[in-house]
Amino acid sequence: MKIGVVTFPGTLDDRDAARAVRFAGGEAVELWHDDAELKGVDAVILPGGFSYGDYLRCGAISRFSPIMEPLIAAAQGGMPLLGICNGFQVLAEAHLIPGALTRNQHLHFLCTDQPIRIENNNTAWTKSFSKDQEIVIPLKNGEGSYQCDDETLKMLEGEGRIIARYVGENPNGSRNLIAGITNERGNIVGLMPHPEHAIDSLTGPSADGLGFFTSVLTSLVSGGVK
Amino acid sequence: MSLDTVAKAVANPDTPQPFAELGLKSDEYASIKEILGRRPTSSELAMYSVMWSEHCSYKSSKVHLKQFGDKAVKTDALLVGIGENAGVVDVGQGYAVTFKIESHNHPSYIEPYQGAATGVGGIVRDILTMGARPIAVMDPLRFGPADAPDTRRVLPGVIAGVGGYGNCLGLPNIGGEVVFDETYLGNPLVNALCIGVMKHSDIKLAKAAGAGNLVVLYGAKTGGDGIGGVSVLASETFESKGPAKRPAVQVGDPFVEKVLIECSLEIFAEDLVVGIQDLGGAGLSCATSELASGGSGGMKVQLEKVPLRDPSLSPEEILMSESQERMCAIVEPSKIDRFLEICKKWDVTSTVIGEVTDGTHLEITFNGELIVDVPPRTVAHDGPVYKRPLAQPAYIDLVAKEIINPPLPKTAQEIRETMLKVAATPNLADKSWVTDQYDRYVQGNTIQSQPDDSGMVRIDEVTHLGVAVATDANANWSYLNPYEGAKLALAEAARNIATAGAKPLAVTNCLNFGSPEDPGVMWQFAETVRGLADGCLEMGLPVTGGNVSFYNQTGSIAILPTPVIGVLGVIDDVRTRTPMSFKDAGLELYLLGETDDNLSGSEWAYIHGLRGGIAPIADLQREMRLIELLVAGNKSALFTAAHDLSQGGLAITLIEMVLRHRVGANVNLANPGIDLLSETPGRVVVAVESSKASELQALAAKHDIALAKLGTTGGDALVINDSSISLAELHTAHTETFKKLFG
Repeated sequence: MKIGVVTFPGTLDDRDAARAVRFAGGEAVELWHDDAELKGVDAVILPGGFSYGDYLRCGAISRFSPIMEPLIAAAQGGMPLLGICNGFQVLAEAHLIPGALTRNQHLHFLCTDQPIRIENNNTAWTKSFSKDQEIVIPLKNGEGSYQCDDETLKMLEGEGRIIARYVGENPNGSRNLIAGITNERGNIVGLMPHPEHAIDSLTGPSADGLGFFTSVLTSLVSGGVK
Repeated sequence: MSLDTVAKAVANPDTPQPFAELGLKSDEYASIKEILGRRPTSSELAMYSVMWSEHCSYKSSKVHLKQFGDKAVKTDALLVGIGENAGVVDVGQGYAVTFKIESHNHPSYIEPYQGAATGVGGIVRDILTMGARPIAVMDPLRFGPADAPDTRRVLPGVIAGVGGYGNCLGLPNIGGEVVFDETYLGNPLVNALCIGVMKHSDIKLAKAAGAGNLVVLYGAKTGGDGIGGVSVLASETFESKGPAKRPAVQVGDPFVEKVLIECSLEIFAEDLVVGIQDLGGAGLSCATSELASGGSGGMKVQLEKVPLRDPSLSPEEILMSESQERMCAIVEPSKIDRFLEICKKWDVTSTVIGEVTDGTHLEITFNGELIVDVPPRTVAHDGPVYKRPLAQPAYIDLVAKEIINPPLPKTAQEIRETMLKVAATPNLADKSWVTDQYDRYVQGNTIQSQPDDSGMVRIDEVTHLGVAVATDANANWSYLNPYEGAKLALAEAARNIATAGAKPLAVTNCLNFGSPEDPGVMWQFAETVRGLADGCLEMGLPVTGGNVSFYNQTGSIAILPTPVIGVLGVIDDVRTRTPMSFKDAGLELYLLGETDDNLSGSEWAYIHGLRGGIAPIADLQREMRLIELLVAGNKSALFTAAHDLSQGGLAITLIEMVLRHRVGANVNLANPGIDLLSETPGRVVVAVESSKASELQALAAKHDIALAKLGTTGGDALVINDSSISLAELHTAHTETFKKLFG
């Protein structure tokens, strides 16, 4: 199974995401923001970082990169797509998922070992987890506060599209403690914390993050997403 | 303003020139005239003034620093020594590691965010310039009193700047220090260290060899920021009067630097450069003169080709600008197309601005007119050298007579109050408020970071080879005895590497001092360098490079002499490192090393307003035996945990150990006051399984290191004799301080 990892200028966690894919047993394929096609990959990860230096708004420029055109089309056709941190911001800017990520309420960059609860284990990226499983993975960002209007929040809650919530104190002011959400179909996931930094307890706070990557490989083997 | 050319300089030898405003003394100006055989053009004057500044020329420190070479141990591990952008050491398996520490003190006081940010940016470019991929940063920081209003201005800005720049570059921040002292109130110290890794064959040097090769400037466009940063800011004392120096602080853009790193590494991988130099302090003046003097000396540069952010800049300003995120490469003509192609891929502006010649002069023209014609060595290396007067300051003998007798705890209640006070005092309190603003996970190779004794990163995912780095300074001891202070800081940094099981390999340093024009400060400096050079020789560690920051002084108040020593170590398998704390109950806790009455210069004395006394004398033979013991014990998997004792003594070491994984300990101390608070160097607490106690005793005896049993691990409290403090209470005391102070 080939999982593409996109590098934009300013992307930082691309090699970490590729390592996580390999740890999970997949083949990582480098995708460059200027590429016009997806090199036959089965799923794509938009990794964390500061693409285009967060100029204008986080993700606002990357969203117009050449690779986004085939990527958006493929994701709308059901291909699994995971946006982590800055990748989540790109997904929001591309309107693949609702809402926006804003400056942390306390106005600081925050890097912490964050407990989260997996509330929807039916997406392409969360199948390996059990429902309500609590895991600890790094959270590290300056603009990770998830915001949306009341109607959207009601819809996300009603449709079970909040895939993960922060446990304990709200680390950044996100509405309803939202750490990650999915689209209607469950193939696109935006996640603020970083599972790719928690694939091995030697270098991360746990190996809990690996589940996101094994999930997508399992989803692909079992014949794609619903 | 009309262009001042070489022809005009010859024709009008007596035109008055603003050398003093540019920071040059009249005899320095006279020697420039002597070198050139005429008055310098205004562009030449600009170049000499920045390159002969204290910051760039090391004119006051050179005569002392040469001891690092003279007393150096012969070692095969040193691949590139002092003089290049950063030293390089062999860490085995074909890997070379480069590391260096630099100061960005003055800009960080003027404009904390940008000053700190560009400090990180500058040291990262130094590491990149050696051909290495930067893999981690560390930041030793020092501020005025934690509750001083100006500290609340400076500290949050510095932390945000270090984080803002380093996080955006994708470099894990794996350690450093945060120390408060009133002498840093007008002179905060912002030191930045970077580590990079490469294969031996990839080492790059700053030299412009091969006539006909092209000089390429790439990266950000040149603007008016940072003009005179090194000469005006870093080489003068702050006075309360005088114009605002804000324009002399550079402004950074980490995104541009991140792209510049990736672009450069791709260029290096294809072997497209002959020589390379980053543009830092003194900008293009430094890069062109250093590259040219690294080669045969001949170079022609057409200054009007430099891409500008501000088209109104004069040639002098272009030469002096310290705009960030720029690099200068020497490229063979046959490789230039590929070079420019890679720059285009990364959207990096790159421009051929000149070429290497077979002459001996650096010649710079502006729209065809010759404005600089100098032997480049005279700019880059033959600056003035001062043997400044030095004299032991009067305070040394006075403070040595002071009796240091702070109140020591005896009763259970006193021990309890002492422990809570130590846990909460700003210099010892939990620093997560700071380090949580830094990304420690990016790149996925971080094995240890704050609050561990050292930072550790893996450099090979297959063999698990790794490196560890620690930075330390004990300015209180350096104040009492700068010679011993430097040795003790060296020993502490080496010990902090060894507690994890890494073997110390090389040393870098950032020497922060007051004004070199004060004989007392100059004496502190000379004694520090002598101590560090002697210490490195005795411990068999080469000094690979470093940085001197003078003029950390406001009016007549100089900072404490603050030599920050960085030690790099290597560990064959990071998976086997000894962690700083324990997760299990029932382990036995031991103290390695003897405890004497060393309250002078201790944190406990400082808390009680006592500065004087006599610093401990470093016993480096014993330190080396302790290091060998720690590395050997790690190899045989003897230790469950090991943690260094330094500022705050056994008290804070125990607090940090029990709070790390929230597992308590039961400790018995015969003389709790001294046992907890004395700061005798050369001590480490280790935790071992009870079945391994005899192995530990044998190892300690073999290395002739004193060993004393402290107690056992377990429970939800730290119990010292009959005094019990719950971990919850201790945690609150330890973690609330920074939140309360800085929000």
